[in-house]
Amino acid sequence: MASTGATPVLELTGIGKEFGAIRALHGVDMHVHPGEVVGLMGDNGAGKSTLVKIIAGNFRPTHGEVRFDGNAVHFYRPIDARAVGIEVVYQDLALADNLTAAANVFLGRELTRKFGPIALLDHKAMASRALKLFGELRSETRPDDLVKQMSGGQRQAVAIARTRLSNAKLVMMDEPTAAISVRQVEQVLSLIHRLKEQGVAVMLISHRMPDVFAVCDRVVVMRRGEKRADKAIHDTSPEEVTALITGAKEAA
Amino acid sequence: MTLPLENPISFTNIGRIRWWQRGIFASQTGYVLLALVVLMIVMHFASPYFFTQGNMQNVAKNFSFIAIATLGITFVIITGGIDLSVGSMMCFSAMITSMVMVELSAPGSHFVHLAADGKTVVANVPGLILLISVLAGLCTAFIVGLVNGFCIAMLGLSPFVTTLGMLSIVRGLAYVVSNGRGSFPGGPDADYFYALTSGDVLGVPAPFIYLVILAVVMAVVLHHTSFGRHVFALGGNEKAAELTGIPVVRVKIEVYVICALAAGLQGIIISGWLGSAPANMATSYELNVIAAAVIGGANLAGGLGGPLGAIVGCVLLEVIRNGLVLAQVNSYWQQTLVGVIIILAVLVDRIRSRMT
Repeated sequence: MASTGATPVLELTGIGKEFGAIRALHGVDMHVHPGEVVGLMGDNGAGKSTLVKIIAGNFRPTHGEVRFDGNAVHFYRPIDARAVGIEVVYQDLALADNLTAAANVFLGRELTRKFGPIALLDHKAMASRALKLFGELRSETRPDDLVKQMSGGQRQAVAIARTRLSNAKLVMMDEPTAAISVRQVEQVLSLIHRLKEQGVAVMLISHRMPDVFAVCDRVVVMRRGEKRADKAIHDTSPEEVTALITGAKEAA
Repeated sequence: MTLPLENPISFTNIGRIRWWQRGIFASQTGYVLLALVVLMIVMHFASPYFFTQGNMQNVAKNFSFIAIATLGITFVIITGGIDLSVGSMMCFSAMITSMVMVELSAPGSHFVHLAADGKTVVANVPGLILLISVLAGLCTAFIVGLVNGFCIAMLGLSPFVTTLGMLSIVRGLAYVVSNGRGSFPGGPDADYFYALTSGDVLGVPAPFIYLVILAVVMAVVLHHTSFGRHVFALGGNEKAAELTGIPVVRVKIEVYVICALAAGLQGIIISGWLGSAPANMATSYELNVIAAAVIGGANLAGGLGGPLGAIVGCVLLEVIRNGLVLAQVNSYWQQTLVGVIIILAVLVDRIRSRMT
């Protein structure tokens, strides 16, 4: 995607992270532009999750700088990252099983109506908004059903619907297509396309090569805590990416 | 960022869950409520005295004596925590209340001044002594709840260990402040105190009225406010709650404070009924309170529970006690039976959730 002229929504320079004696990340430079879909690939332990957690505000980087929308940012908690417009869909989805789908979508930012001094939950508004979001995701999910009773795909839809509530500028998805059906993978990928059309930047962390090549504009490959490749998708091939992930090819 | 809705969702594969498979009908609270109704019908045939007005008043009064504390601990249990200090808290709060009441009525310290008419200054405003002393008792509970919440939420100590320690600390303090003798509500406002705690309105015992009001408030708070949502979310998946930006620490501290306040209020009411606050008052009540909450459907693993369940649990315990007396069964059986019912209630729920 040739949007190099615009300000990148996310810019990482020299990001490093050490856990005691273990160097999890070293000198990672990266940028993501609005409306760009970047695939982040790498084997287990390559540093993908650490990088995502730094961007999401779970960890603070030991070295380097994170710039969001042109400004240097320091996240102390995930909520700080969310406040500037970074949303994450976690691999384990972070859902409360004992609550309904609508309650999960609105968890932590419930809609309320004021009755004098007390603010009561606006169940109707939340249910109808959630139903609309599920409709956009084409997921057969009833807002009033408990998450406990839902299929993997429905749970995924609930987790993704959550990111659509706010005007996120960057959505990071950690293995969104790992545990769902073929049809639902299509839905998630088409959702990513729609986020892109809206000018939202998406970072897709995935093991599934076909998904990455189907939706991403660019692919970043991590190995042993370092960025080994950062290529436009049409300049590379699944074979090359596999070689980069496994280490058969050192860098590209 | 709204996208055009291309085609509304059609629920071809996802059936609607039937009304009897959701909500109260599919909950432990529902089964236990059914069991309670059956038990009451059986009692009616077993003893002609059971459904008399006097006995009903008695039952209502007796279960109200643990039900308010059960409402409080239900908040804690929903978040997946536990509070073992409620019994001691009842005693300590009641003791502080009656000691302050006595202290303010008779000048014994430099805090209390005599007015021209020979009474203390505060005694000249009717009800002021009562108000101050009850607030003092609740304040004590508030502080204990705050300490519990601080240790659990900020320091990350286990709720079981923290509140087990607090059980001992608070009971010890109750012995210390009263020198082991306990205290008695007294002074000019003592009559108001007894009227408000063990009196009745049109035949309905006062504690029962408080209970109903608090239960309604609790239902609204749990199901219709963000705070209630967060309490449930915390019990369902604490990590998710944290990631979605719920102020986990604050919510945790708040539930322990609510629990301690409920226990404190309960203790004050019990002392009005007893006419004193002995230092060994409400010993091991925490077990009754937790038992009632669990029987009523609060899940110790967190995420489930509510005011109706708490009350149903308390009523069931009291009806069993009352029934055994009326049926002239040795009342020592009560404890054994309560234990059996705790296990049965949880077992039935487990069997049901395996079946669906």
